[in-house]
Order: sequence, then structure tokens, then C-alpha cells
Amino acid sequence: MYEYILIRYGEIGLKGKNQRDFIKQLVKNIKRSVKSNLGKDAQINIERGRLFLKLNGDDPEIYYPSLNRVFGVLSYSPVRKVNLDLETIKASALEEFQSLPKPQSFRVTASRSNKRFPMKSPELQKTIGSHIYNNITDLKVNLHQPDVEVFLEIRDEGAYIYSKKLSGLGGMPVGTGGKAMLLLSGGIDSPVAGWLTIKRGIVVEAIHFHSYPYTSERSKEKVLDLAKVLAQYTGQINVHIVPFTKIQEEISKNCYESLWITIMRRFMFRIAEKIAHNRKALALVTGESLGQVASQTIDSMYAINHVINTPVLRPLVTMDKEEIMTIAKKIDTYDISIRPYEDCCTVFLPKEPKTKPKVEACEKGEARLNIDELVNEAVENTEIIAVYRDRKDEYGFF
Amino acid sequence: MLYLDNSATTKTHPEVIKVMADVMENYFGNPSSLHQKGLEAEKLLSKSREVVARSLGVLPQEIIFTSGGTEGDNLALKGIALAYQNRGKHIITTKIEHPAIINSCAQLEELGFEVTYLDVDELGLVNPQDVEKNIKNETILISVMHVNNEVGSIQPLAQIGEIIKNYPKIFFHVDAVQGFGKAPLELKEWNIDLATISGHKIHGPKGIGALYVKKGLNLFPLFTGGGQENNVRSGTENLPAIVGFAKACQIAREIFVDDSKKMRLYKEKCLEILKKDFPQIIINGPKDEKSSPYILNISVPKLQGEILLHALEEEEVYVSTGSACSSKKDILSPVLSAMKIDKEIMQGSIRVSFSYGVTEKDIEEFLDALARALKRLGKRG
Repeated sequence: MYEYILIRYGEIGLKGKNQRDFIKQLVKNIKRSVKSNLGKDAQINIERGRLFLKLNGDDPEIYYPSLNRVFGVLSYSPVRKVNLDLETIKASALEEFQSLPKPQSFRVTASRSNKRFPMKSPELQKTIGSHIYNNITDLKVNLHQPDVEVFLEIRDEGAYIYSKKLSGLGGMPVGTGGKAMLLLSGGIDSPVAGWLTIKRGIVVEAIHFHSYPYTSERSKEKVLDLAKVLAQYTGQINVHIVPFTKIQEEISKNCYESLWITIMRRFMFRIAEKIAHNRKALALVTGESLGQVASQTIDSMYAINHVINTPVLRPLVTMDKEEIMTIAKKIDTYDISIRPYEDCCTVFLPKEPKTKPKVEACEKGEARLNIDELVNEAVENTEIIAVYRDRKDEYGFF
Repeated sequence: MLYLDNSATTKTHPEVIKVMADVMENYFGNPSSLHQKGLEAEKLLSKSREVVARSLGVLPQEIIFTSGGTEGDNLALKGIALAYQNRGKHIITTKIEHPAIINSCAQLEELGFEVTYLDVDELGLVNPQDVEKNIKNETILISVMHVNNEVGSIQPLAQIGEIIKNYPKIFFHVDAVQGFGKAPLELKEWNIDLATISGHKIHGPKGIGALYVKKGLNLFPLFTGGGQENNVRSGTENLPAIVGFAKACQIAREIFVDDSKKMRLYKEKCLEILKKDFPQIIINGPKDEKSSPYILNISVPKLQGEILLHALEEEEVYVSTGSACSSKKDILSPVLSAMKIDKEIMQGSIRVSFSYGVTEKDIEEFLDALARALKRLGKRG
């Protein structure tokens, strides 16, 4: 009978003084994930560099989906607990072994913090090991590279046995790394960039530029659906919907067509920086990947980045499209991203965009626009939508 | 009035009626329309899909809305058979399936497929070993029902799934119309690839249901058109029914565990009384946890089921003989025949089916009505 799930957190174990805060955040995030998935309050104990989630009679498997959505969880194992009686321990270790998908080789690793238990660890390993060996056919002992390692811990309150090791997402607990603003377009790249940023423990808020009526309500809906996928890992994501129509119209009326995209993106960065400042975020995140399109050459990045002082994180900067798509499929954003709605970048698309735009040329073109007024107006009219793990039932039917 | 024919259909839940009326009145847009009215409808459609998916423990994109159990079964069987026929043309099913399965198989046989119909034991249960024994290189699909609609036997789907897991090229379909919301169903854990459910068996509207199709599977569509439902089932979505169905799924999910436990106790008690006070009555199907607590199939020897049905009707108790879907035909039940039940007992079979909201008092009332009816018919004791 499984009593606990042992949760390992790897990387955050290295963080010295901050360790306590990291663990506290991780526990909080796991509890939230369990609460949202199962509607239960998880009971988690912190012990010797590991976490123990108490099952209270539940099947451990019902918790796996919740754990698989929490960054900072490196791996986890369902743990059996039995009385400190050798025969019971033997039987339980064998039962645990039999629940595995037929390993070829194994070893037993025992530790004994309860020194009153009469048998020492090496002897325990031998006894339990031979019990398993004698009851399973075609099995080898391999101390160095076993298929399965059966762990046995003898403690004051009982014996703990585990062998299954399931992988978590790794990364850092969300909430330990500060906040950043993600420029979320609706394409394939930006949600992946957001996910990778969240993976490093950063709270992300999304900014979407909406050009109604050039882009439809559905393209906005698509962005909210993407945000919802990311919210699976964070609990909630605020999406800032920036009205962008006027700026695009002004740019297309007043600037050279070949610079439209560069200038448009300069405006996006200015607006995003302002919102970041208001939201106390210290970086922007984009899905840019070097050379993917005209606006993502190193020249373009330079010309666009020139208008702000906030750091821009580009987690995908050296990735190929294939690599990005693989992650998008893994995290379930791909199918949403390929829905065929226009976004603001495709509406005012010049026939021949500059791949090597110059800062001076952009500044010259922008001189005809009232930059501050346009930026401020857009920021002021930005709508904030909170997106949760589950789609909100707007109409109150469920 | 005591309605005990819930396996034929159920009374629509008042909350379901309420949401449906609301949708008809206020959210009449076509989910495919680009304007606000369409968007609203589309959002409502996705939310409903999420609710249904959650009640089955699957992903929203794995739910295809259909017009009900019959369509779901047809789409699953023909959809898989036609899409994967290059892998093989052999299908395994059982002799106790609903006509939607049996007749879809018959049609596939006309198209050159070979179908094996597995026997069941005297309790109406399939033996998982028989499934394995009949698997061939050409087998592409195995379809086994969840809960039998006539006798309530719960099929060993977990064990069958465990076997099919070793044959990655074979798909596993489950007709869960009678079992969904009334008996445990673990689609992912039991390696089920497709499952049919229906709205009106769980107090939802008629004419709506869903087919669970595991992510990554292809189906040959039976309806082509505007590409709705992921191109598998074209046709403008029946939104009021879909929302009502989702509501019914949500309600079922909330009350299923407690209600089925309660119902199990009632049924056990009912069986005890039947044994004690009606020794002549024969119980068809399993008497233990291998049968649905919501279905009771009994026979009074030498008494036509239909006569007993009408005698109970005079007491305002509504039951059915065999399966309602086939009761119009003057033939013996294929399910009871497959269980090798005596012809005489078969003809005397009636099905009493319960649902949420049936109380202990209702069961007592039924037993009293049964006693009075049998007395009138001169069959008591």
C-alpha cells in the first residue's frame, strides 16, 4: 500500500541561503496544482532535502498529472510504508518489485536511521535482495548499473520502500525568479518562449497587440487559449490586450513601407516596456529566433531593441523552427497556434521588408508620428484579462 | 407513478432543461460564424467539450459530439474499419452488444470484413481469454460493451484492455452508453481507444452523445461537409443539446460515486426480498458487483414478460421487457439467448432499471406492486 509520494527537487537544492524560500514556493505550487486538478488539499512534509506528499489512502497515480505541471519537480516516486518487521518488509519489497514492468537487473539500497532496528544496512540489502531474487525468475543482480534500484529506509516510525522513479519537468518553482512580460502573438514561437521562461521560475504576464477590425475577436480568443495552456504551469496568467489599430494605421500612412515592421515592433517594445514598468516586471520575453523572418535578423533586433532599456529575453534565439515546433507540440500549444486567424503582424505586411534596417532611418520615419501620445494612449486603453487553468465559464452554465 | 425504465431513457434533469432553454433563447449563433454571436456559441461549445472531457478523464480534443449512442457506435466501428482496412479486415465483438454495434458489424461484413462474435457465460460476461484467443494478424478492432443494457452485466474491460495493450495495432472500442455515469469507467487506465456515450441515459437530452477518440487516431468520417468536429463529423453543432448534455455529465460526475454505492445497497436488499418472498422468480445476470446496481433483470417462469409489464403498468409502475430498442420485434432476446437461458424463462424476462433519485421507498413500492400484479395473474408463490 502506497503511503506517500516522494518528490525530489534537484536544482533548487543548490541555492544556499535562498533554499528555504525556494522549497516553500515549490510546496505552495504543488498544493495549488493538486487543488486545481483534484479539488483536494495536499499534505506535504519537507524532510531531508525531499518532499513527502501524504496519500491518505489515495491511488498515487491520481497525483501524477498535478505533479507533471509543476516546475521544480525533478522526479518523484510512490513510497510504501510498512511496520518494522522483517517479514513484512520482505513481502512489501517483493510486491513493489512485482509492480514494475519486468526489469532484467536490480539492486537493493538500504539506509537505517533507526539504529534500534536489529539488522544493519548491508545485511538488510542482502536479505531483501535475495528474497526478491529467489522469487523472480530470470533476474540478475547488478550493483553498478541496475535497471531498477529498490530503496529501503528504516526509520523510527516504519520502513519505507520505493523503486519507481517518474520524471518531473525540472526547472525552478514559478514565483522564485521575478516577473517578465511576454509578447504573445498567437504564433508558434511566443508561447514556447513563455513556457521556457516560466520553466526558470519566472512569473510571466502576456502582452498581446490587437488590431480590431483587421484582426478578429477569434484571434484574441486564440491568444487567451494559448495563455490558458501556460496557466496550467502557473495557475494564472494576466493577458494585456493592447489596442494597436491606430498605431498601425499611422505607421502605414506616414512611414516607408519597407520599414513598417521594424517601426511597428519598436512601438510594441515601447508599449511593452511601459506596461512592464507598471506591472513591476524587469524584462520582456519574445519568441524571436535569429534569422527566422526579416524582423528577426541581428540588424533588426538591434534597431528594434534600441528604443528601450529593459532587458529582452529571447529563449528561442538560436533554435531552429523544428526544435521550437517540437516543444510546442509537447506542451500542447501547437494545435492552437496553427488556427488560421490573422494576427497584427500579418495584416500590415510590406511586400519587401528591410532585413537590415538602420536606427537612423527608423527615427527619421517616426519623426512624423507623435510617439509618446500614441504609446500612452495604447497603454491607457489596454485591457487586462486574467486567464486561469480552467476556462472561465463566462455564461454561468456550469 | 413509478418510472423504472431508466435504461431505455431517463427523465430530463430540470437544470438541463433550464440551460437548454437559455441557450436556445440567447446563444443561437452558429459556432462557425465570425461575428460576436458565433464567437459566443463557439466559446460555449468549447466549454461544454471541456466539461464532457473532464467527466470522462480525457482531453477536450478527444471528444467528438454525435447525435447519440447509435451514431457513436457506427462512427467508431465504420470509422476505424474504413480508415485502417489496409492493416487488416478482422473485427472482434460480442454476442450481447447493442444492435447499433451488431448491425454496424453486419454492414461491415457485407463490405468484406470478417467479424468474430464472442460468446458470453450464463451470467452475460465475456471471458477476456476468449478475446485473446480470437486475435489474428488481421484484427484491427475489438469492441466490447461496458454494461449490458438488458441484464446489467459489467464486462471485464480492464482485463481486456490489458490484453489489447500487447497488440499496438488493434484499437479498443467500448460502447459505454449504459455504463457511463453508472459504473466505474477508466478510459486511459484500461487502454480504451474509443468510447461511445449518450446524453439521454444520464438525464440529458435525446439526440446527443459523444464519441471519445484517443488523440492521434484517424476515423473515416460518416458525415462530410463543413468540417466541424475536427472534420470527423460535419454538420452545424447542436449547441442547446450539447450544453444540456455537458450539464448532465457534470451532474452525473458529482453524484455518481455516492449514488451508485447507495443503489448497490438497495439492489442487494431488493434481491434478498425477491429470494425470500418470490422464490419462483429467477434473476438473470450477475447478482454481485459484476452487475450494474441500476439494472435488474428478472423472469417469472411460464409468464410472458409483456403480460407482467402491463400488469405492472396497471399499478403505474413502468418497466420493460428485454431491451426497449428491440422490444417491438417478436423475437427472442439475443442477449439472453447468448447466455443460454431457457426459452421459457427468456420469454418471461422483464428489465427494471433505476437511476439517480430512486429511493429505498421506491424499491419497496415496486416490490409491493409486483406482489399485487403476480397475485392478480395467479402466479404468486
